[in-house]
Amino acid sequence: MNRTRTLRTTAVAAALGVLSLSACSAAETGKSQDAAGGEKTVKLTVPSWVGAQANTAVASYILEEELGYKVKTQQMGEVLAWDALSKGDIDAIMEDWGHPKEEKQYVEDRKTVVKGGDLGVEGHIGWFVPKYFADKHPDVTDWKNLDKYAKELATAESGGKGELLEGSPDYVTNDDAIIKNLGLNLKTNYAGSEAAQITAIQKYVKAKKPFLTYWWTPQWLNAQVDLVEVKLPEYKEGCDADPKKIACAYPNTPLQKFLNADFAKNGGEAAEFLKNFKWTTEQQNEVAQMIAGEKMSPEAAAEKWVKANEATWKQWLPKK
Amino acid sequence: MTAAVTTPASDETPEKADTAPATVKTQGKADRSTGRSFRDLMRHPVKGKLLVLAALAAVLVPLSAVVWGSGPWPGALSVDISGPLDDANKWVIDNRDSHPLFLYFLLHLSNTATDAVSGVYNALDAMGWTGVFAAGVLFAWRAAGLGRSGVKVAATAFGAFAVCGLLGMWDATLLTIALMVVAVTCAALLGVLIGLAAGLSDRVDRLLRPVLDTMQVLPAFAYLLPFVLVFGTGTPAALFCTVIYAAPPMARLTTLGLRGADPAVLEASTSLGANAWQRLRTARLPLARKQMLLGLNQTIMMALSMVVIAALVGAGGLGEEVYSALSTVDVGKALAAGIPIVLIAVWLDRTTAAAGDRIGRSAPGGGLLHGRSGWALAGGGVAAAVLLRFVAGTSWPDGWTFAISTPVNKAQVWITENLSSGIPVLGGTETWSEHFTLWVLNPMRDGLTALPWWAVLLLVAALAWLVGTWMTALTATLAMAAIGVLGVWTKSLDTLSQVLAALVVTLFLGVLAGILCARAGRLERWLRPVLDAMQTMPQFVYLIPVVALFGVARVSAIVAAVVYALPAVVRITAQGLREVDPAALEASRSLGASTRQQLLRVQLPLARPALQLAVNQGVVLVLAVVVVGALVGGGALGYDVVKGLSRGEMGLGMTAGVAIVCLGLVLDRITQPARKRA
Repeated sequence: MNRTRTLRTTAVAAALGVLSLSACSAAETGKSQDAAGGEKTVKLTVPSWVGAQANTAVASYILEEELGYKVKTQQMGEVLAWDALSKGDIDAIMEDWGHPKEEKQYVEDRKTVVKGGDLGVEGHIGWFVPKYFADKHPDVTDWKNLDKYAKELATAESGGKGELLEGSPDYVTNDDAIIKNLGLNLKTNYAGSEAAQITAIQKYVKAKKPFLTYWWTPQWLNAQVDLVEVKLPEYKEGCDADPKKIACAYPNTPLQKFLNADFAKNGGEAAEFLKNFKWTTEQQNEVAQMIAGEKMSPEAAAEKWVKANEATWKQWLPKK
Repeated sequence: MTAAVTTPASDETPEKADTAPATVKTQGKADRSTGRSFRDLMRHPVKGKLLVLAALAAVLVPLSAVVWGSGPWPGALSVDISGPLDDANKWVIDNRDSHPLFLYFLLHLSNTATDAVSGVYNALDAMGWTGVFAAGVLFAWRAAGLGRSGVKVAATAFGAFAVCGLLGMWDATLLTIALMVVAVTCAALLGVLIGLAAGLSDRVDRLLRPVLDTMQVLPAFAYLLPFVLVFGTGTPAALFCTVIYAAPPMARLTTLGLRGADPAVLEASTSLGANAWQRLRTARLPLARKQMLLGLNQTIMMALSMVVIAALVGAGGLGEEVYSALSTVDVGKALAAGIPIVLIAVWLDRTTAAAGDRIGRSAPGGGLLHGRSGWALAGGGVAAAVLLRFVAGTSWPDGWTFAISTPVNKAQVWITENLSSGIPVLGGTETWSEHFTLWVLNPMRDGLTALPWWAVLLLVAALAWLVGTWMTALTATLAMAAIGVLGVWTKSLDTLSQVLAALVVTLFLGVLAGILCARAGRLERWLRPVLDAMQTMPQFVYLIPVVALFGVARVSAIVAAVVYALPAVVRITAQGLREVDPAALEASRSLGASTRQQLLRVQLPLARPALQLAVNQGVVLVLAVVVVGALVGGGALGYDVVKGLSRGEMGLGMTAGVAIVCLGLVLDRITQPARKRA
């Protein structure tokens, strides 16, 4: 027993020794490998949805082929990407759909992130039904008439009410509040991931079944599936101020770019190019459709688009 | 992964909790006090308890109804822990560049982690594809012994590497292997240290066991966020999460090995004057070698199951390929990245298992191919292959790849279209899904949520007491009450109803398949690769087909859980049945029992400990998939965990994660009969 105790003490002492050895100097907070070899590196995040992948792919292609940078891409969730942006683990987010909490924390308070300007693409969230359903019942496109169709929209998951299909927890949604405050006979069903939501929509469309879904533009699937938006009470400034009382449509969001503050200052041509990057919804969808619809690799899709649209991206290059 | 090994806070012997299904040795032979029927043993205490319960219920139920009324957990009795957690979250962000705790300790850890992984990756990359290929195959061959089994394991390694390359995943595979090498090394070291402490001291063992349980049952999604905040995205957070999840089997099996050391040997070494350290080094550790190797095997499997989750925070590698394939709904691409993960698992599993089998067997010395010269030969081969890289190039030749994405996608569409509806008589998966939801899931959920909260607590207490002791009942009730206090009562009951449904389906199918396997050895050989794939294929790969078949519904979540949990139940059941004393079978046969009678009256009752372990593993594994189920429509707690991670709300995710751990505790206590303590 006594010996065991001595042994334990020794082990603890050894562990503490190792710890204190490693702790004798302060760690570098920045990442040291950036400087290696004098190569100019830009680090971008690849968000999980295809539209943003298209932006990143085109930006990476031009950075590498035209400006001679090496681009490292890293896939991660949106909020994690903001955090990484603040720490300098990544240099830029190319498409942001609005994160007021993070914007306040990192842009206003800590000043570690700066705005990179509009992407040029306008995002819009809303409720959508398939066109074949809207053609048959034109009045379904007004929220006031949705209750009439609750039965047709019902599934086993919605317990007799009409189902409103929701997407990934990543995405901003006020739908539970909207349903409650407008007194609709609907129930949300959370798919839990974009992939599951898209698969469900494709399945409904194939069977020509009616459905109602939370959806948004730009989105590559819109090129394959005709969806019609359902009118919600009009959006007015401030009508979404209290999350519990929301009873109006979603605003249009001009999608934003954000840059790490140090990178924006010292990033040279790359930073300037990323600030200049601005294209239209159609252009983004074109690339997104190549990636998702035709299953091209993002690099190949970017290459194809860049070769065909020289006039557009030449304007983004830094003025010499 | 290979039977994610453990029980939520179980008080059973670590032997039971830790045995890998692939190599299950069903414990508890002592329980098989043959001769006497189990029923007699069980019936009386249960009857007695039932009487007491009825009496208690007659008093408590009306009383509670008067005092508390009905309805879900009252808001006044709950505590919101998300506020303090979100504050902690903010503190970390504000202080991580300046506070000494970060500068002098945590940042060192994260920088070292990044350096280690990129170091291993660069080394692998520098070896060239021929070098890595040769190293994988030759060392598998050497580690598995040089006879026939060695050749077989080497062939497995060869096939695994070849397919990884052919699928166009060579580079991603290297990155994943690099992460695995570092993660498994850290997890094994941590596991051995914990195992040593717990093996040498009973008190430490008791203290650590609940910690180990929590490490495995708490969904990684829940603690990924704090790790990212503290250690940064990319390698460090992914690495530390993997280590946490993968270390417990190593720790448990080390403890088990140390405790199981033959007392006579220890006695002998003490009498020879060895001190504690010498005894540990020369007697206890060598005797525990076999268990420790099994622990290593399990640690590897668990670490591999974290590959995709690691990709969520930017660790790259195969996980990222799987994850990014999801955004374009590309099953073929996800499969192309999922197959290498399965193959790495199979390669490492067979290699470590074969090496484990050799331990203790007396190895014939001498000869060119044995001992040191065998290793030298393997090393020389690798060196030669590394030199080949100057001819063959460092990366896998582009021409030698084969894109399976398109054909797989076509096959998937065809299968889902033809199975989802329109099958005569049977209907199709869509109809089943709907019926299962309407007739099983909805009533179960509604029933559970309609019960007044105190009635649920009483029910849990009564069930736990019926199968166990009053301590069991107390723990289970407290865990259930904790769920209420956390303020996620209704959601937890929703999750509970899904978990119970998944558990019933898993046990039904698993025990049935296990019985078939035990009776027909050939069937099991055929099933083995299928079961391997079911356990090690990342669930993300089959999410899309599951949704295509069953829709965005709780049924999809249940299917995902069943696929993951089934193999362990099949394996444990088959193993348990096969180990039933042949003498007992022989005796029953000579008394004229039919095959069915033999099975029902002899084999199944005698294999009871194994069946209990199967139930336990079913609970753990089904719970492990709750979060993944949320990605296909499972909702409830799992959705909150995912939401917490993706929206950066640490409080939300942690609360739901802790509630899942509590559910595990409740289920464990009400499904595991109390074990007699020696």
